[in-house]
Amino acid sequence: KKAKKAPKNNDEYKGVWVFIEQRTGKIDTVALELLSEGRKLADELKVELAGVLLGENVADLAKECFAYGAEKVYLVDGPVFKDYRTDSYTEAIVEIINQYKPEILLFGATNNGRDFAARIAVRITTGLTADCTALSIDPETRLLRQTRPAFGGNVMATILCPNHRPQMATVRPKVMKMDEPDYSRIGEVIRCESSVKEADMTTKILDIIQSISHTVNLQDAEIIVSGGRGIGGPENYRLIEELAEALGGVAGASRAAVDAGWVPHYRQVGQTGKTVSPKLYIACGISGAIQHLAGMNTSEIVVAINNDPEAPIFNIATYGLVGDLHQIVPMLTQKIKTLKMA
Amino acid sequence: MEIVVCIKQVPDTTEVKIDPVKNTLIRDGVPSIVNPFDEYAAEAAIKIKEQYGGKVTVLTMGPPQAVSALRKCLAMGADEAVLISDRAFAGADTWATSYSLARAIEKIGKPDIIFCGKMAIDGDTAQVGPGIAEHLHLPQTTYVQKIREVHKDHLVVERAFEGGFEVIKVQLPAVIAVDKAIGEPRYPSVKGSIKASRMPVSIWSAADIDAPAEKTGLNGSCTQVMQIFTPEVKIQSEMLKGETDEQLCNLLIKKLQAAEIV
Ligand SMILES: Cc1cc2nc3c(=O)[nH]c(=O)nc-3n(C[C@H](O)[C@H](O)[C@H](O)COP(=O)(O)OP(=O)(O)OC[C@H]3O[C@@H](n4cnc5c(N)ncnc54)[C@H](O)[C@@H]3O)c2cc1C
Ligand SMILES: Cc1cc2nc3c(=O)[nH]c(=O)nc-3n(C[C@H](O)[C@H](O)[C@H](O)COP(=O)(O)OP(=O)(O)OC[C@H]3O[C@@H](n4cnc5c(N)ncnc54)[C@H](O)[C@@H]3O)c2cc1C
Repeated sequence: KKAKKAPKNNDEYKGVWVFIEQRTGKIDTVALELLSEGRKLADELKVELAGVLLGENVADLAKECFAYGAEKVYLVDGPVFKDYRTDSYTEAIVEIINQYKPEILLFGATNNGRDFAARIAVRITTGLTADCTALSIDPETRLLRQTRPAFGGNVMATILCPNHRPQMATVRPKVMKMDEPDYSRIGEVIRCESSVKEADMTTKILDIIQSISHTVNLQDAEIIVSGGRGIGGPENYRLIEELAEALGGVAGASRAAVDAGWVPHYRQVGQTGKTVSPKLYIACGISGAIQHLAGMNTSEIVVAINNDPEAPIFNIATYGLVGDLHQIVPMLTQKIKTLKMA
Repeated sequence: MEIVVCIKQVPDTTEVKIDPVKNTLIRDGVPSIVNPFDEYAAEAAIKIKEQYGGKVTVLTMGPPQAVSALRKCLAMGADEAVLISDRAFAGADTWATSYSLARAIEKIGKPDIIFCGKMAIDGDTAQVGPGIAEHLHLPQTTYVQKIREVHKDHLVVERAFEGGFEVIKVQLPAVIAVDKAIGEPRYPSVKGSIKASRMPVSIWSAADIDAPAEKTGLNGSCTQVMQIFTPEVKIQSEMLKGETDEQLCNLLIKKLQAAEIV
């Protein structure tokens, strides 16, 4: 189907914006990936790229946005914005959107990004495409073509927002390539006033608890070793954890291993677990069901260790090893440890 | 506590095929289930009712056969069920879906809590919960992994983020979208299932919920699906060949060294 041309009244919306998600003054890497991607889109449209930054005492972060390609940063700074909250952040950003009118607005598909973008899109009545893995500009219509997986990765859909502005999308972490930063670049910080008052807020953050360690943060892990039903019992999950540790990675699991009660649910990878995209994913004793693949098939290198040469996981594995994981996994751990000591 | 749980009927398997001519999804013959996260939402709602009293209404938008998804939740212990179903709802994106659900919730009454799942496993957007909250001008808390305290006018919940969780006090009424950590859904008892099969289900049209045509279905949608296609899989698979496990391990380590991983 051909895209319809955007109607006239949308012409006053100009520029590509990226939401700069930050936590305790540190920018989430997905925002930097989006600035890099946004730079390409802005160049193609011949418009400006801007970051939108909300927080408390976060003005310093603008430099990093410029280094990754932004020309402007819209800054909302104040105690009400210390931590992300749907109500305070939505009110503030909608004020800026209505004033400065961007044509494209991108968010990382993180818990906060998805929560935030979905609320904004309904308030200002525009479309929002979820969890995109590719973005491009239709040269004829200037519309943003937003491509995303659905049905657990079984189908891809390309979605347009022809009649409403801004065109909004959330984008999966780690799919867009991050450019090398150039810290000599400078830009303009536009400080925005906001009418948001603490007294009007409907939510209050009482406490923030960071995970005890990084060992369970699957989404950010560069290396993941996962165990499935093939590990045979809870006691053998240790083998998976030890290999993960030797590689400096994190241990994950299939749903079968979680459902059996061998592994806690927060380690589950897949359609109803975590979506991950590491440099290296090692699947041990995992058959390769479509719902598992949906959560990890964008990994750079997939290694499968399985004693059934017909297991479907081998169809998507970069490297396949046929054998007993109980022999191979500890042997790998040992060899990697020895290598790292040398 | 008056509670509404929004549930979606989804295809059981993700082996959904595409009609190559019409470019639409073929769902015929694919069995349907309650979206897994929505069963967790129903469980959370029923637990609150059991402890604090009140009523749980399950709500879905879908074709007539979505009644069976509602009955599953009635069998779990929900009290009432509403299906909104109308040709006018067809082709809705999340803006229009959440609009229609919000209108139905207003007709149900003034619930204290509206539960949703974290996301639906077919559309996968996680946008409908926040959409409902915005259409109803209510607070929202998504990715809720635990409900710590239930009060008349507020909840204290744990909301997950990528590296931990936040403890949030949220005013009621509110929309709460739950993750699996909230607690395993119960299996309906035989008695519950028999009872549920005889319970009435209200079926409302777009007119019944005062949803004008320009705000529902394809008409009310801001996004347009331009193309649906099957993802290409171009993976270079290589089976490592070795006589012994040791050889296999050494081969793999060579590959990982070449990729600068070890
Ligand atoms: C709606 C829905 C959502 C789902 N969501 C998810 C999800 O998010 N994540 C997920 O993982 N699954 C999910 N599933 C489940 C999925 O369909 C599979 O059932 C599951 O992934 C299977 O896990 P597995 O590969 O560990 O187990 P199995 O399929 O049982 O595979 C075990 C594998 O281990 C191998 N094996 C056995 N012994 C050894 C040995 N000694 N050495 C080496 N290999 C061995 C076997 O050959 C086999 O291939 C979902 C299903 C549904 C219906
Ligand atoms: C291939 C494809 C891609 C799509 N991509 C997009 C997109 O990027 N943006 C967009 O706006 N729309 C999109 N849609 C349309 C979207 O799937 C529908 O609007 C759908 O009705 C709701 O979205 P969801 O399935 O993602 O639900 P989610 O937002 O993931 O569902 C979250 C929760 O909302 C509740 N809920 C959702 N639907 C219902 C329902 N019908 N009845 C009761 N409760 C419900 C449930 O509690 C559920 O757990 C797409 C559709 C297809 C076929």
